[in-house]
Amino acid sequence: MAEVTLIEAIRQAMDEELARDDRVFITGEDVGPRGGVFRATLGLFDKYGPQRIIDSPLAELSIVGVGIGAALYGLRPICEIQFADFIHPAFNQIVSEAAKMYYRSGGEWTVPMVIRAPYGGGIGGGLYHSQSVEAFFTHVPGLKVVIPSNPYDAKGLLKSAVRDPNPVMFFEPKKGYRLIKGEIPDGEYTVPIGPANVSRAGNDLSVFAYGIMHYYTLQAAEMVAAEGISAEVVDLRTLLPVDKETIIASVKKTGKALIVHEDNLTGGYGAEVAAIIAEEAFTALDAPVKRLAAPDVPAAPFSHPMQDWFMPNPQKIAAAMRELANY
Amino acid sequence: MEWTKELQLEMYLQMLRSRRLDERSWVLHRQGKIAFHISAIGHEATQVGAAYGLRRGHDWVAPYYRDLALMLCLGLTPREFALGLFGKSGEPSSLARQMPSHWGLKRANVISTSSPVATQVSHAAGLALAIKLRGDDRVALTTIGEGSTSQGEWYEGLNWAAVHRLPFICVVQNNTYAISVPQKLQMAVPNVADRAAAFGMTGVVVDGNDVLAVHRAVKEAADRARRGDGPTLVEAKTYRPVPHSSDDDDRSYRTREEVEEWKKRDPISLFKSYLEMQGILTNTISEEMESHAMAEADDAVKFAEEAPYPDVEVAKGPVYA
Repeated sequence: MAEVTLIEAIRQAMDEELARDDRVFITGEDVGPRGGVFRATLGLFDKYGPQRIIDSPLAELSIVGVGIGAALYGLRPICEIQFADFIHPAFNQIVSEAAKMYYRSGGEWTVPMVIRAPYGGGIGGGLYHSQSVEAFFTHVPGLKVVIPSNPYDAKGLLKSAVRDPNPVMFFEPKKGYRLIKGEIPDGEYTVPIGPANVSRAGNDLSVFAYGIMHYYTLQAAEMVAAEGISAEVVDLRTLLPVDKETIIASVKKTGKALIVHEDNLTGGYGAEVAAIIAEEAFTALDAPVKRLAAPDVPAAPFSHPMQDWFMPNPQKIAAAMRELANY
Repeated sequence: MEWTKELQLEMYLQMLRSRRLDERSWVLHRQGKIAFHISAIGHEATQVGAAYGLRRGHDWVAPYYRDLALMLCLGLTPREFALGLFGKSGEPSSLARQMPSHWGLKRANVISTSSPVATQVSHAAGLALAIKLRGDDRVALTTIGEGSTSQGEWYEGLNWAAVHRLPFICVVQNNTYAISVPQKLQMAVPNVADRAAAFGMTGVVVDGNDVLAVHRAVKEAADRARRGDGPTLVEAKTYRPVPHSSDDDDRSYRTREEVEEWKKRDPISLFKSYLEMQGILTNTISEEMESHAMAEADDAVKFAEEAPYPDVEVAKGPVYA
């Protein structure tokens, strides 16, 4: 076992998959000698060369479109979008092409591709380096949407994503790249795409989160535990397809549900989780389902006091937990 | 470049097969038997010439919806096409989930295509990138209309192909209208291929109603690509003498005189006259080919009319591989 940061775990996953399967290649902006602006691909260019680690033109739609073409030919592209905020030019390729390819071809063509993108705020990135874009994609059948919260899951899920025959959106909480550390085994392992993870057992309420918000939620759970509130924390990990069973089982156990995300509230992923609970665990509820999310402004503002106002944090999550526990 | 008598006759027959099947599709639509048809009439020389410039079944193709003649050359059967027209069970491109003419044929290395225009161009660049990375002796060809070259998708795909000197060919079927919008409202240059210089690739303008000219241009492009000398933008100048689709009425945007003028340069008539003049196409052969093409269209329609509709279970998926 070794303690690594979130980004080191992601790099290890790519390194091992590149070594394991010569069909795997990486493309994106600055992924080559620079090693990516966040250093996710650091050292891979020197190790695997320009045929496997390909600096793309500065054009997101064709990073994805070219990836789709290569995947149709039988390769296994890992496409890096430098910031999730810049993924929108590729929306047509992701939603109209990658997601629908298997269904629209009657199963003849598959797109085994991973699209990695750092998402989220808390790094002073302002409106266009802080966005959470997952809800746009969790609405799209044919895609898988994965957001890891810790190094162990990040490595194991990314390796599963590379091996998956479907297009996988892999959103990485950039604030956590070096903040979140954890132990990972020395040898080969994967984490399956699909199941959520009950990361802390509790009895008074269930808190559903993913990415950096899950990291904060564990801290908040620790804070309220000192006050006698027993929170169960569920790391959703895979947003699409959603693990309904784990969500429903947890709500049936605790009777209360709080959903936390840093995407803005309206139409966010929390709405889907709330709907699942309302439809399938209504009689188990002892309180209204509660959502804690960023406010409905366009994105996280740049200036620090405004960014802090925008972002959910352990204190805000703990406050929401107390409110729900005391309902 | 030399063409054998057999090859020329074969290409002529392919053009004829597509035309007769296409005409039959219009009739089916006017009879109310099918909901939609999008036509390749007038484009047969471009598409047959392009197909024969490739190693069919070996090279990869990312087509667009107007490519009936191209697809027949690549091995799509008239019966399979007709299943698509009727939305019947067994349609090979999409299991009848997609509208007609949304191609895809794995056995022929034809990737699945959609309706948003120009999305296939970066796919072809990706195919060509993969071909290059694997060191394979193949070419990726994509087709597109001139209107769709206004899309950023098109620019990005061609730019990738040029930057990485990929074995890539883009055949622009310039029929001068994007539904109703004329070329002059799509671009400020007289030729789409003029833009090739801006990408740093070879650009070629060719008479799209001359099947031999298109064949030569695409064959040369494929040879260039296989030599490792990079991509080619081939612009085939042609015309669509029919409406954009069965839902279009072209009388609202162009004169009958203009259409009639172009019909004088119908690619099949032109090639027929040429072959007759060369003594290659005799009356006997011509009549044999006509009856073959008609019989094939008859058979395809009968087959598709009698075929069952898909079970609604097919709509449910699978969605994931």
